[in-house]
Amino acid sequence: MSDHAVLEVERLSVSIAGRNVLDDVSFEIRQGEFTGLIGSNGVGKTTLLRSVLGLQRIDAGEIRVSGESLGRRGRSLGYVPQKVVLDPDVPMRARDLVALGLDGDRYGFARRTKEQWALVEQMLENVDASRFADSRVGALSGGEQQRVLIAHALISRPELLLLDEPLANLDPASVQEIVALLHRVAHEYQVAVLLSAHEMNALLPVMDRIVYLTNGRAASGTTEEVVRTEVLSKLYGHHVDVLNVHGRVFVIAEPGQDNQDIPEHPNLTVS
Amino acid sequence: MVNAWLIGTIVAVVAGVVGFFVVLRGAAFAAHAIPNGAFAGAAGANLIGLNPLLGLGVFSLGSALGIGTLGRKGRSDAVTALALVTMLALGAAFLSQSTEYEPQIFSLLFGEILGVSSSQIVPVAVLASVCILAIVLLYRPLLLTSLAPEIAAARGIRPHVVDTLFLVVLACSTTMTVPVVGAFLIFTLMIGPPAAARCFSDRPGTALGGSVVIALLTLWAAIACSFQTNWPVGFYVGVFSGAWYGVARAYRAGRRARQVNATLHENRRLSALAAL
Amino acid sequence: MHLLFEPGFFASAPVRTAVLLGALAAVISAVVGVFTVVRGQSFAGHALTDVATAGGSGAFFAGISPLVGFLGAGVLGAGAVDLIGVERLRSRDIATGIVLSVATGFAALFLFLDTSKSATTGATQQILFGSIFTVSPSIVPFVLVVSVLTLIVLGVIYRPLMLSSLSSELAAACGIGLRRVGLLFMLTLAIAVGISSVAIGSVLSTALLIGPAATSLRLTKNLRTAVAVAIALGVVTTWLGVLLAYDSFYWIPSSQGLPVSFFIVALILFAYLVSGVPAVRRYSAGLSLDNHLVHPAVPAPTTKRSTEAI
Repeated sequence: MSDHAVLEVERLSVSIAGRNVLDDVSFEIRQGEFTGLIGSNGVGKTTLLRSVLGLQRIDAGEIRVSGESLGRRGRSLGYVPQKVVLDPDVPMRARDLVALGLDGDRYGFARRTKEQWALVEQMLENVDASRFADSRVGALSGGEQQRVLIAHALISRPELLLLDEPLANLDPASVQEIVALLHRVAHEYQVAVLLSAHEMNALLPVMDRIVYLTNGRAASGTTEEVVRTEVLSKLYGHHVDVLNVHGRVFVIAEPGQDNQDIPEHPNLTVS
Repeated sequence: MVNAWLIGTIVAVVAGVVGFFVVLRGAAFAAHAIPNGAFAGAAGANLIGLNPLLGLGVFSLGSALGIGTLGRKGRSDAVTALALVTMLALGAAFLSQSTEYEPQIFSLLFGEILGVSSSQIVPVAVLASVCILAIVLLYRPLLLTSLAPEIAAARGIRPHVVDTLFLVVLACSTTMTVPVVGAFLIFTLMIGPPAAARCFSDRPGTALGGSVVIALLTLWAAIACSFQTNWPVGFYVGVFSGAWYGVARAYRAGRRARQVNATLHENRRLSALAAL
Repeated sequence: MHLLFEPGFFASAPVRTAVLLGALAAVISAVVGVFTVVRGQSFAGHALTDVATAGGSGAFFAGISPLVGFLGAGVLGAGAVDLIGVERLRSRDIATGIVLSVATGFAALFLFLDTSKSATTGATQQILFGSIFTVSPSIVPFVLVVSVLTLIVLGVIYRPLMLSSLSSELAAACGIGLRRVGLLFMLTLAIAVGISSVAIGSVLSTALLIGPAATSLRLTKNLRTAVAVAIALGVVTTWLGVLLAYDSFYWIPSSQGLPVSFFIVALILFAYLVSGVPAVRRYSAGLSLDNHLVHPAVPAPTTKRSTEAI
């Protein structure tokens, strides 16, 4: 099994409306790796994801998906956005939406074979969505809809699955369920996962790598390498304490810290 | 009379197909505004002695693209409303300068399907085929872009392009139908039948088919009734569309109630079993 | 001065009625219009004007006052839209579309019956494009009372109205009777449309409803200022329209002159376009008192529809 890089982000800089959202960000994701993109709200996680998807114009740097630059990524990327607003009146079952994951970008009516529908059925089973497979997507709850969207993204067998804040609006029990689900299907389908979140604790058991984003800069590596006082303090530009309490991690800044003076130094890529 | 049936069939099919996506995309206002723009175009062309179809086409397309641009810039529907009413005022102003003011207004707004001539059939059929073909070709990308444009974009579909193409198809289908059934009526056919159809079916393909069937039934019945009573076709189309929608909503509410009931029973059964 | 005000303008009784009625229509349309635009309900507003068309033409056929028809149909239509459409934005649009469809169907019928009933042309003209010069002065007191009542109602519900236009979840959390407020607003919308339909005609009353409101919202984000500016714009354009229409009798000797509504729409459009000119926006930005924003400092709503950029 070749261990090639599924995603390579090199010195990515993006500014929006004059503000430097991402500054010289570099990291790499290998095949099958489960990576958490961690950062507080507004720090640039969505911008980063959109840049990878080719939906955001970048100012500098390079992004390669499976060795190919943007424009040819088509099948290699699966994407689950943070929220899809769907009307319960829309005539589309979960099953139909997942089927569109197979061929939604082709022209004409869909003439799907029995095998293709069987594939859809299997995919729905894998994400535990079989019991509402024939319900309208708009009538599903947030968590149910999410599973369907994951199935939709995965069914075309991408090499990389991107999820934008999938855990944001879920209760703790559902968070655990989705994380376990993602971990399982990632392994089953040999898909690398990049998922953004503002809180890393739920992901600690399953994360292979972490990309920690703050102030437009990132540190990437394994959790042991990155989530450490020295590393994060350098990243934030002022002293922060990393506490490990019963397996849960807390990053604590001293009160009254001035975040403005960030020393000039390159991003930290450990390993 | 045969002409009316023929043209009516074509118009209903186009309205059902295009209307399915109008309803899906929440483009009801655009579907109302574009024919009104077309009305102004026809009146204007009439005034300066050009073929009204030309004016229709130009103003339809202009309105469609204008609405698309306004929508992208995040402009509110207030602007669409203003533009709409300006078009109406213009159209009425143009018409007021001609001698046959009132009947012409009536005809452009409410249509003249019973008086349609056989020479109109071929152009209408051709334009209709183009529109339907375009929708069929774009079917899947259109579905995906309508539901989740971000996901579509991630797959390499360009939502802007699809949106613009759809608006062009909407303009085209308006152009060919306004002379036949009038600006108000085409709107009705594009909203009522699809809105009803999607209450009857959960699947996109079936809903699309249902939309066409209901549009056909509605227009056929309207033509028949109008022929009998001499009252305008538009009246019957409006009333029947409303009726279909009412029935469809009732059906759906009933179905949902039954589903909830079934789930309740199932849950009770399961918890009873678990208690054993 | 004599060039602008043609002879007999101030002496003429129909003109006085037109000026009064026009002003009332302009005021109520402007106030309701500001809320309509802010709430993104311009489509519903326009749909109600078509419903009013049906009502007006039906009333004409039945031989009763068009105003009754406009108002009655409008109220029915508002109720129907509120009944069918729920808070979800898209189904509200569909509901509006359905009501609009049925209404135009009836409009088609009544207009047809009107024209076959009376051999004279004029039914369509009056209903669709207004009869401000020919309307009986006796309706003015009625219109005045109805307008004042409507404005009072608006004054009472305007705060929950603004809140619920931000986000329905937010409003519901504050325990407001959302449906009640929404329905009440639709009713005020129907009344505004009904009244202005008499003045400017049902087809064009959208202009009086949306135009001044949209223009003033371009110039200021302060709610009270917006309402004031909209009222000013509405009244000025209406009065100018009446004046120009009266004058056009004399200026264009061959025809009967253009209807008032055309002038009013043209003026409203002109005002809107002028407000878009950068110099004007800068001027108004310099003047504006933006201490109370239209929407108080509340986190950006999660729904796609938020404060509209005009």
